[in-house]
Amino acid sequence: MEGSKSNGYGECDQANLKATELRLGLPGTEEEPPLKVESPSFNSRKRALADDAESVLQDGRKSTSGVPPPSKAPIVGWPPVRSYRKNIYSSPAEVAEGGAGAGYLKVSMDGAPYLRKVDLKTYKSYQELMESLENMFNITIGDCSDKGSDYAPTYEDKDGDWMLVGDVPWNMFTSTCKRLRIMRGGSRS
Amino acid sequence: MDPSKSRDSAESTRVIQFPNDVLERILSLIDSHRDRNAVSLVSKAWYNAERWTRRHVFIGNCYAVSPQIVARRFPNIRSVMLKGKPRFSDFNLVPPNWGADVHGWLAVFADQYPQLEELRLKRMTVTDESLKFLARKFHNFRVLSLLSCDGFSTDGLEAIATDCRHLTELDIQENGIDDISGNWLSCFPENFTSLEVLNFASLSSDVNFDALERLVSQCKSLKILKVNKSITLEQLQRLLVRAPQLTELGTGSFLQELTAHQYEELERAFIGCKYLDALSGLWEATTLYLPVLYPACTNLTFLNLSYAALQSEELAKLVAHCPRLQRLWVLDTVEDVGLEAVASSCPLLEELRVFPADPYDQDINRGVTESGFLAVSLGCRKLHYVLYFCRQMTNAAVARIVQNCPGFTHFRLCIMKPGQPDYLTNEPMDEGFGAVVKTCTNLRRLGVSGLLTDLTFEYIGRYAKNLETLSVAFAGGSDLGMKSILVGCPKLRKLEIRDCPFGNEALLSGLEKYESMRSLWMSACKVTLHGCKTLATQRPRLNVEVMKDEEIDDGQSYKVYVYRTVAGPRTDAPSFVQTLCS
Repeated sequence: MEGSKSNGYGECDQANLKATELRLGLPGTEEEPPLKVESPSFNSRKRALADDAESVLQDGRKSTSGVPPPSKAPIVGWPPVRSYRKNIYSSPAEVAEGGAGAGYLKVSMDGAPYLRKVDLKTYKSYQELMESLENMFNITIGDCSDKGSDYAPTYEDKDGDWMLVGDVPWNMFTSTCKRLRIMRGGSRS
Repeated sequence: MDPSKSRDSAESTRVIQFPNDVLERILSLIDSHRDRNAVSLVSKAWYNAERWTRRHVFIGNCYAVSPQIVARRFPNIRSVMLKGKPRFSDFNLVPPNWGADVHGWLAVFADQYPQLEELRLKRMTVTDESLKFLARKFHNFRVLSLLSCDGFSTDGLEAIATDCRHLTELDIQENGIDDISGNWLSCFPENFTSLEVLNFASLSSDVNFDALERLVSQCKSLKILKVNKSITLEQLQRLLVRAPQLTELGTGSFLQELTAHQYEELERAFIGCKYLDALSGLWEATTLYLPVLYPACTNLTFLNLSYAALQSEELAKLVAHCPRLQRLWVLDTVEDVGLEAVASSCPLLEELRVFPADPYDQDINRGVTESGFLAVSLGCRKLHYVLYFCRQMTNAAVARIVQNCPGFTHFRLCIMKPGQPDYLTNEPMDEGFGAVVKTCTNLRRLGVSGLLTDLTFEYIGRYAKNLETLSVAFAGGSDLGMKSILVGCPKLRKLEIRDCPFGNEALLSGLEKYESMRSLWMSACKVTLHGCKTLATQRPRLNVEVMKDEEIDDGQSYKVYVYRTVAGPRTDAPSFVQTLCS
């Protein structure tokens, strides 16, 4: 006569037990059974509820008793989006980020023990970015094409190639830059 | 026409007798299969003239008829469209190996229609062997279109490309296929020139670009080209300059680092596309490159952005250049603001589809709401087709929307959380959908969602007199709901129901109805085997197929698929499908 909180029952038994159990409480009320996460038991839980938990709205209409209880368990085939579309959304965050011009990127500098991170969205031009990097690493990069400087800022693009910072328009740079590396002295050639 | 084939000459003297030749000449001008079906009912003479002159046959359910019956009735078919699995198979509700294999059809066609030119399949199983068979047996084969099919790989496509010497159309869409390699594209012969339609957008393997470029240069009649994501912007530019006559273009990836010079060349290539009326693809499109499209958008009638996660501003700027747009597909990343821009820029819009970018994330609160839909209904009075995925909706908004656009023929609203009420009033969405069916007298297709009681279905049964297709999920309160539909909607052809409390009484209330429908699907409802058996017994001309529902543990739940047929129970049913016999 244990109520719905008992853990000892299999799924098939639970519905039958509910029908015959003696309880205190008004007829038509039902305690929410503990929710599980896996889909198969989720649906059988839904089935049990459907039998018992029909509520009647103010004007006498029956509300839906097919509705699953609020749960994070995924429902098979819902929302009705076709399978091939699901694959497109496999990394929506990436798509959104790439489109908006990247979030935080790693910046490394040859010889420096720690990497840093910058958010390209906070800069409007190469100059602003360079000034910020100079401050961050306490170095002088100067003009990107400055032959006098010891440091060359480079970046890894979408295709995995390492490019010199400064060749392409700023907007294009922000949308394809994946990480930054400040190369030093003899490592350039 | 071969006069030696026998004809039925017992004609009523009341019917004006055209000589057969004249009748056939006239009837050969009729294309619509519905018109032809009507023609065939006039008299035996007309039935015969019609069957001899029919070139194209449309079979909406491959199990409703057998290939032998088709071939016996229509001796001169050149073009076939076949649909197979129930629509819910798109959402994984139908187990694999269910059936709808095209091979049995191809075998009969090889015998009876060796001159077959066109084959269009939707939700069929197609193996590589079938594709190889097709390529080998039909020497005049021209058009292959595969939508939502499964069972084949790119190897099968190799056979098509290699052997179909007169191929004009290869349209591969959204299939569950084994994408082994892009080598198939290189299998077109060196001197191949006949292609008019090439769509491989949904394949992912790289193709040989040189082969593609050569193909595009040589096929001067190419009108529709939809490439896949592996094609870069630079490559796209090279294709466009070779095919300025394109009317429909699906781009590849729309993100690549271009030099200023390359950007200019791409711009010029799009300026050269003077005949484009449809545009799609645009993977990873961003603010940076969308502007190259603007010159090509003036005459655009269809824009498919459902693979490009555009933000509202990006969409706004783009549609400002598309004044003639009639159909628009977008992701809900454009949000209400984006839809407002559509409303003001595209007064001729007739169709809008908004797909969810994050359908499975229940926590987020992004996307579109009722106000985006409302805005479009205010600005686009010709709107008649909507598919709208959203996370919140109100009855008042829906009522106003249909007031603004009473001409809806297709209204498919998907409030993504099952059983969600009007978020402002907490009431069921009954009145909203009630307004839809009361106002939109031309409604042919309806998809409902949200918290719905039997009242919604009462409304549908009472008012939706032209409704042909209805899709219901997580809705209704009792058998009364489904009964209202079956008793009330005279033109109902397809009914698909999942997770609703409709049981045997509801199922059996459709006894008089199912033979006038194409099919009924019910899953995770309350029908039992006994109810299905009763239906099968009372209606021997229906196939009542049941599958144990693996999702539900009580061992008593079935997925039921009921359809009319003149072919009897199917002979290829797998072990998990039981056809209930009378």
